[in-house]
Amino acid sequence: MIGFIVRRVLLVIPTFVAIAFLTFVAIRLVPGDPIEVRTGERGISPERLAYFRHELGLDQPVWKQFLDYLWQLAHGNFGTSLSTHAPVLTEFATLFPATLELALCAMIFAVVLGVPAGVIAATRRGSFIDYSLMGVALTGFSMPIFWWGLLLILFFSVTLGWTPVSGRIDLLYYFEPVTGFMLIDSLLSDQDGAFLSALSHLILPTIVLGTIPLATIARMTRSAMLEVLGEDYVRTARAKGLSPFRIVGIHALRNALIPVVTVIGLQVGMLMAGAVLTEYIFSWPGIGTWLIESIQRRDYPVLQGGILLVSAIVILINILVDLLYGVLNPRIRHAR
Amino acid sequence: MKRFTGLLAATMLIGGLATAAEAKTLVYCAEGSPENFNPQINTTGTSLDAARPAFNQLVQFEPGTTNVIPGLAEKWDVSPDGTVITFHLRKGVKFHSVKGFTPTRDFNADDVIFSFDRQWKKDNPYHDVSGGAYDYFNDMGMPDLLKSIEKIDDYTVKFTLTRPEAPFLANLAMDFATILSAEYADAMLKAGTPEQVDQVPVGTGPFEFVAYQKDAVIRYKAFPEYWGGAPKIDLVFAITKDPTARWAKVQNGECHVMPYPNPADLTAIGKDPNVDLMQQPGLNIGYLAFNVTKKPFDDKRVRLAVTYAIDKDAILKDVYLGAGQPAKNFIPPTIWGYNDAIVDYPHDVEKAKELLKEAGLENGFETDLWWMPVQRPYNPNAKRVAEIIQSDLEKLNIKSTLVSYEWGEYRKRLQAGEHQMGQLGWTGDNGDPDNFFFLLGCDAAREGGQNLSKWCNKDFDDKLKKAKGTFDKAERTKLYEEMQVIAHDEVPVFTIAHSVVFEPVRKEVVGYKVSPLGRHEFQDVDLK
Repeated sequence: MIGFIVRRVLLVIPTFVAIAFLTFVAIRLVPGDPIEVRTGERGISPERLAYFRHELGLDQPVWKQFLDYLWQLAHGNFGTSLSTHAPVLTEFATLFPATLELALCAMIFAVVLGVPAGVIAATRRGSFIDYSLMGVALTGFSMPIFWWGLLLILFFSVTLGWTPVSGRIDLLYYFEPVTGFMLIDSLLSDQDGAFLSALSHLILPTIVLGTIPLATIARMTRSAMLEVLGEDYVRTARAKGLSPFRIVGIHALRNALIPVVTVIGLQVGMLMAGAVLTEYIFSWPGIGTWLIESIQRRDYPVLQGGILLVSAIVILINILVDLLYGVLNPRIRHAR
Repeated sequence: MKRFTGLLAATMLIGGLATAAEAKTLVYCAEGSPENFNPQINTTGTSLDAARPAFNQLVQFEPGTTNVIPGLAEKWDVSPDGTVITFHLRKGVKFHSVKGFTPTRDFNADDVIFSFDRQWKKDNPYHDVSGGAYDYFNDMGMPDLLKSIEKIDDYTVKFTLTRPEAPFLANLAMDFATILSAEYADAMLKAGTPEQVDQVPVGTGPFEFVAYQKDAVIRYKAFPEYWGGAPKIDLVFAITKDPTARWAKVQNGECHVMPYPNPADLTAIGKDPNVDLMQQPGLNIGYLAFNVTKKPFDDKRVRLAVTYAIDKDAILKDVYLGAGQPAKNFIPPTIWGYNDAIVDYPHDVEKAKELLKEAGLENGFETDLWWMPVQRPYNPNAKRVAEIIQSDLEKLNIKSTLVSYEWGEYRKRLQAGEHQMGQLGWTGDNGDPDNFFFLLGCDAAREGGQNLSKWCNKDFDDKLKKAKGTFDKAERTKLYEEMQVIAHDEVPVFTIAHSVVFEPVRKEVVGYKVSPLGRHEFQDVDLK
């Protein structure tokens, strides 16, 4: 087990360097120079352009810029935003709780609905319920986030007026962030209705971000469950006359969940990608909004640092999932 | 059913939306987060909008217009030769208080000196704070233009210029000329946190800064001691990046005013009974420059023929989707000095053919036609414009090749004069006609200069220089009107359009004006 963990963790370093390299190169391949983006059609004198480029180190050869960047990273320095002059790490730390809150809610939403849906579909295999659940899952899976989000806003916020359009809380509530999680902060604030307001703001973004993981988890649970239900021990349990609930809920589900946990782990990457768009649509002040804005401004340090930090979290979660997988299914440790 | 819906909505949102209607707070759905709160170091409209409520300048633009009116300077004298401008400052003007700073004195000349010195003097302790880039100050040519700024007494400041320059007052009404508190700056320097001056604004403006949360909200409250009278509302910027979400918030009453609606939503917005779709031609011009130093565009008849050949209305309909106004002059009609007597050349293919024949080119010719690789406020789709022009020109047997480069490269090559025909545009900074016309002047016609036609007309240029050195507005107006006649006759550029700015504003908002300068200002606004 320890060897497994060490091997997994050691793999992280080259992965990081590769991600750092890819983002670094990709950003520089995008047309547009941060200084020129700032000046629009005005253009600035060649001397001042040269001065700024020098100041930002953009006049160096790309390989040297990259090595400098790695050197800084090795010292825990993720750079400073070109537009706000604030350290990238600080900005990340203030904005990440918002993304985490949304992602957690979306994941809970996906698991709480997805696992039972998959189980029900599997036990009623071939029935109308099975087909309709899987049909819905397929639709959810192929739904473009942008369109889905706007559709929900249009229906629930504009037409029905049930939910707010965007943001994390009604702006008339005002309190200092403590934990960065709006649900907790609003409770701590002691302001009447703040928690409900925060909750109502979470509904639509949670649904939008949770839809794809929900569909994936439902489908995965269904197929894993079907496989397990065909196993000998389930047949034995049936023969022994155990109640269907015990068979499905206890014996089969525990084993069926092993691949599902992996899928949930893999969904974290998707969730982060989805969060970028979801946050943009719902003006959710998290990492996604931050990254989109930096693309528009060609804020190289924020993009590089931000993507690297997000990747770090995704990788970390994947490692945790691997470990959890090892706990759930001891055979895997020896197999690798 | 309806009752059930209402009940459910009420239970879901107790204390949520319901309270939004009670407080007198205007919510503005801003399109993005500001980089900081100091207009001296900002360049984006988003950041300037965010800081503006807190600040004043010596002179200001009257809301909704480009007219320059007194601000922190009550009045000013200009010396006969136009090089010395003495400002008499308003007395009893208070600065805001923020966490960690309470002003002990009123606004005075020291604040003016500090605000300009920071940008101008390299030895000012604040010069390098927060990156030390003062793009606007430099772009407006201030380091070159300013000779000295002196404090005569606490309420008198004398600016000496190296040459008379009429647009100077309009320049001082721009955001870079914002007046900061010197006392606040000193206090922050002593505390070792000079950057705070740029992040937590302390000014003399109508609204006092309360808090900013990146990507979420900016809070301002009415400043009760504002010299121009306290505003009637508090102000909240709800940062909402997606234009469709912004519009949904306005519809829902979560926001009162929004900028930059999605063009596809305009029809729906126009139909909403709760919303006024306010509009105004923007202070901009999209144009196609003919390079007069290259054949065959050195021949006025060819330029004229192309002008007659292009169907401007088709461009406006197809590309601007109605959100533009055809341009007949190089300056937009919202600016003073606009010559409305000019009659635009009609779309007339026969006339174009005649002119080409006169020029000996009845069999057509080959040319290039450049389009910008980016969407700009004055031209939403330059490639589409180029395609329309291309097909119009084919009718005259003119074969045009479409050319484009990466944005920075594109501008550089156009300025170098590599093109025969090239599209670009301009957005005005300060509502002074000179801010547009210099683009057609001889100084800018050099290689690398911003005159993309490389057109240098002595008569035009003399008037341009004369107008710039004259403070008499009536005389300047006359000169600019004459210059528009020359530009119309000589056709160095084909003027395409001034884009129209749309702003959905809820009906309960009173006194809001769309700014031709693209600003979003709320000091005179109230809620019903």
